[in-house]
Amino acid sequence: MLGIVGTVPDLQFPLTHGSVRLVDGCLQIKDRDLPVNRGTPALLAAAVKASEWLDSPQIHAFLVGDIGKGDGSRELYQFLTQHLSEFHFEVLTFHYLQPDVDWHNRVLFAIETMEPRPILIADAGFMYAAKMSGQAPCYDFFTPDVGELAFLADESAPHPFYTRGFILHEDNKVPDLIQRAYRYGNAAKYLLVKGQPDYIATEKQIAATVDHPCYDAMEAIGGTGDTLTGLLTVLCGAGFKPVEAAVLAAMTNRWTGHYADHNPATQIGDLIDKIPQALTAVLAQSFPNRSPPKS
Amino acid sequence: MLKFFRKEKPDRPIKDKKPSADRGILVFENTSEVIQAENILKRSGWRVRVMGPPPEIQSGCDLVIEFPLIEELNILRELRHAHISPLAVVPVTAPLLAPVDLFHTKDFGDYLMVRAANMKITVAKNSLKIVNISGGGCPDVPFLAQEMVGKTLAEAPRPRDLGHTLCGYALDLAYEELCRKC
Repeated sequence: MLGIVGTVPDLQFPLTHGSVRLVDGCLQIKDRDLPVNRGTPALLAAAVKASEWLDSPQIHAFLVGDIGKGDGSRELYQFLTQHLSEFHFEVLTFHYLQPDVDWHNRVLFAIETMEPRPILIADAGFMYAAKMSGQAPCYDFFTPDVGELAFLADESAPHPFYTRGFILHEDNKVPDLIQRAYRYGNAAKYLLVKGQPDYIATEKQIAATVDHPCYDAMEAIGGTGDTLTGLLTVLCGAGFKPVEAAVLAAMTNRWTGHYADHNPATQIGDLIDKIPQALTAVLAQSFPNRSPPKS
Repeated sequence: MLKFFRKEKPDRPIKDKKPSADRGILVFENTSEVIQAENILKRSGWRVRVMGPPPEIQSGCDLVIEFPLIEELNILRELRHAHISPLAVVPVTAPLLAPVDLFHTKDFGDYLMVRAANMKITVAKNSLKIVNISGGGCPDVPFLAQEMVGKTLAEAPRPRDLGHTLCGYALDLAYEELCRKC
């Protein structure tokens, strides 16, 4: 199973966990329907779509309503600390959660009790908390955009909102920021940096870049980072090696934009619909003579 | 609320700005109260700034309001009338973290995007309709996008009125910058 943890922008949505399906463009978990927009629902929809196509492990989501006050996130954190050890996940991805270092540390402690230990991916608010906890190297992947990478590179910033100008400045090159993030211990084992190009990096090197197809407008579309993290989750769970999974995820995400004939006003659901088409093209291009690994 | 400032790395260097002996900070329970207080005080003409708290502050959220200490009584009275009470009033003794003040603008032809910190907002130039909001990591971002996308800049609620986190506050800065440009 692949685990995905996050929030939905609906205060009435109770803490819910279970398998997720995508039916007529709408997510279903337990007896609840969830519209696909940006945020964790977009990540989940992308993951379900890719998982169905790859016939890879089922997606199990942990969700709660939170509109930024943090109550839902804290309830979910508490649940995870009490119950994570009961689950077996190949990959566990954390997403839109209220950043809270105390709770992050308790959740990480609970993860250490999981057997086997899942591949850990952190994005969005949970990545912010992971960085500030000083525990970033415990994670397998962080998936920042360039603005968030500047935050990881700024050893004193507690949130992207406080990233210092000399680091945030456009003249700063992504490889320098990556190096700086690793120097201060604020990066996961692998970084998948969303930008132009996308960078896949480790502490030692830039392992790969993905720059084709190139569509500036995708930066404006809310949810493209979420879908990338969803694809990465599934590809890691499907048996691809980390760098390979990240490259394929980045390529696939870009091709969804191509097939959706997008512009800056395109909504994320239109791109998610194109994931099977994009995956087909990318895997055929990457593995012309063999089948991709199956989980 | 967020608790970044009371955790690991207490010795990390912070903003280069020198502390000012005549300034104090108002500490609040959550970001929503900070935004409300800022609205009230700015509307009344007070010279206040939203900043990051120093590491030694052990309560409240990750935004504080810096104000002229000499005006403490007047400012507290004004906030009391609005039924907002800070958790603490503390003189500034150490440099404060300053919010991001760099904006990046991208022109897509028919669309214009502004980024502040990790938040991006895009409008159609002809209608001034908000077509997308992207970036961010706090849980109010999807909520703000849900409430704002599809409305014009004039119709949409302001992020500062609905947001609760630093991402919400950053989106408000991007929104303000976009309003200035359109």
